[in-house]
Amino acid sequence: MENRPLEYDYTVAKMFMLTTVVFGIVGMSIGVLLAFELAFPGLNTILGKSAAQYTAFGRLRPLHTDAVAFGFTVSGIFATWYYVGQRVLKVSMAESKFLMFIGKLQFWLYVVGVAAAVVSLFMGYTTSKEYAEFEWPIDIAIVVVWVLWGVSIFGLIGIRREKSLYISVWYYIATFLGVAMLYLFNNMEIPTMLATDAIGETNMGSWMHSVSMYAGTNDALVQWWYGHNAVAFVFTVPIIAMIYYFLPKESGQAIYSYKLSLLSFWGLMFVYLWAGGHHLLYSTVPDWVQTMGSIFSIVLILPSWGSAINMLLTMKGEWQQVASSPLIKFMVLASTFYMFSTLEGPIQAIKSVNAIAHFTDWIVGHVHDGTLGWVGFMIMASLFHMAPRVFKRELYSKSLMATQFWIQTLGIVFYFTSMWISGITQGMMWRAHDEYGNLAYSFIDTVNVLHPYYALRGTGGLLFLIGFFMFSYNIYKTMTAGKRLDSEPANASPMGA
Amino acid sequence: MDVNTFAAYGYFFLIIFLVVGSYSYIYHLYKNRKDSSGVDYEHYSDMALKDDIGDAPVKPISDEKKK
Repeated sequence: MENRPLEYDYTVAKMFMLTTVVFGIVGMSIGVLLAFELAFPGLNTILGKSAAQYTAFGRLRPLHTDAVAFGFTVSGIFATWYYVGQRVLKVSMAESKFLMFIGKLQFWLYVVGVAAAVVSLFMGYTTSKEYAEFEWPIDIAIVVVWVLWGVSIFGLIGIRREKSLYISVWYYIATFLGVAMLYLFNNMEIPTMLATDAIGETNMGSWMHSVSMYAGTNDALVQWWYGHNAVAFVFTVPIIAMIYYFLPKESGQAIYSYKLSLLSFWGLMFVYLWAGGHHLLYSTVPDWVQTMGSIFSIVLILPSWGSAINMLLTMKGEWQQVASSPLIKFMVLASTFYMFSTLEGPIQAIKSVNAIAHFTDWIVGHVHDGTLGWVGFMIMASLFHMAPRVFKRELYSKSLMATQFWIQTLGIVFYFTSMWISGITQGMMWRAHDEYGNLAYSFIDTVNVLHPYYALRGTGGLLFLIGFFMFSYNIYKTMTAGKRLDSEPANASPMGA
Repeated sequence: MDVNTFAAYGYFFLIIFLVVGSYSYIYHLYKNRKDSSGVDYEHYSDMALKDDIGDAPVKPISDEKKK
């Protein structure tokens, strides 16, 4: 056998890159359909009335949220971990047959789990807890996949050559621990067969349907402790892990302040877990929980901006790279959207603002400028950076990437501006009353007013989806037709015209 | 003292503790600038920038074993 020098092994990273692209297309396409269903309700029966249950908003909505969060984003997290993890720990997956096996097993179980989730949600099996809709057998499969990822993370750390753990590794570990804790506690559930029909007398229960172990307000508290921290540990923490590696690496600039990155990390860990109460303002949870949720949400600006400003200052003296490289553009705008979202969120968590914002489209707008601008941009940028290194080919087209950037940025602006206007309009109309306290508008009045903004939101989403297809094509062509590279590029990724 | 009052005091002192802890950590980082093994914190950025498998680690794990 030829005695080849040791190289990083990206087999598992490539597998997860594929699912990132595939689940991104699925999740975002469903999202665009849903946006247009809200603007044009006839689309709820797009495949005819007999298939209405499969195409109606209520059935598809969890498919959209779960596909983009647990399909697209989580695949992106795994793909980047199997790339970044090896590099900053200076150890190759090829050095451990065991870890390679675990990585592949994790991938295949993950694919089976996602397929089961998609099919069961389509069929209407749901726990009806937001972002935790999967029924208990799938929850168990997800826990197994997650434990395998943990074995991978700590296994790779165990055989590392670099003693210190790079800041991104800290963030990946936090993702692993955070989601593990949240997922387990929020998905404590009992099949209704066991709850109602343990000895088989009544024939009322079901093995495929379960109820939460918590009831009423407690259930709501646990659910939003989970729900908000799913945003923390799926949409924030691992994405910061990505930007702390990929932006310095692509730009060739050292992190502006490594000390600030450590401070922001611990700040985020302390503060984030307490903020979930802001989802339950003006509800039946204790007042102090609501106040605490508001206050911690505002304090959260500090560690969030600590990371975001650190990333922007990393570009100090190198801003010409933003103009010349579409890849740097994606990352710098991702960081900017992160700042923007993490200011908007705390504002919405202030009680008096929340009185208008709660249950309106403004919340949906907030989520999407975070997920499209920050999460979506950063995951795509990470894959763009990884592609030339894992496929050993030049990126297929710089101009396609630049066009994608502008189309998607325009799409995001359409999305959040329309949702700002419609959300605040909704909030104001719901509250408006005459001098006797009678409501000034009925619900349908708001629906009529909001129609144009819903159409605009759908258009924004469609532009983002078109951009995602351009991204997928660019990655596919890089893999199959990009110019071959003799050596690995150190920093700026090489791009064809 | 009922359990709610106890929880409120506990919460208050926890917050004070976390605030003091985090400011002490900031002070510690910026005063010492280097960690206990003498590596300037800012050099850790090199873990990303010099990440070829042949590059020298910022703090090699083998050094630890020799000690």
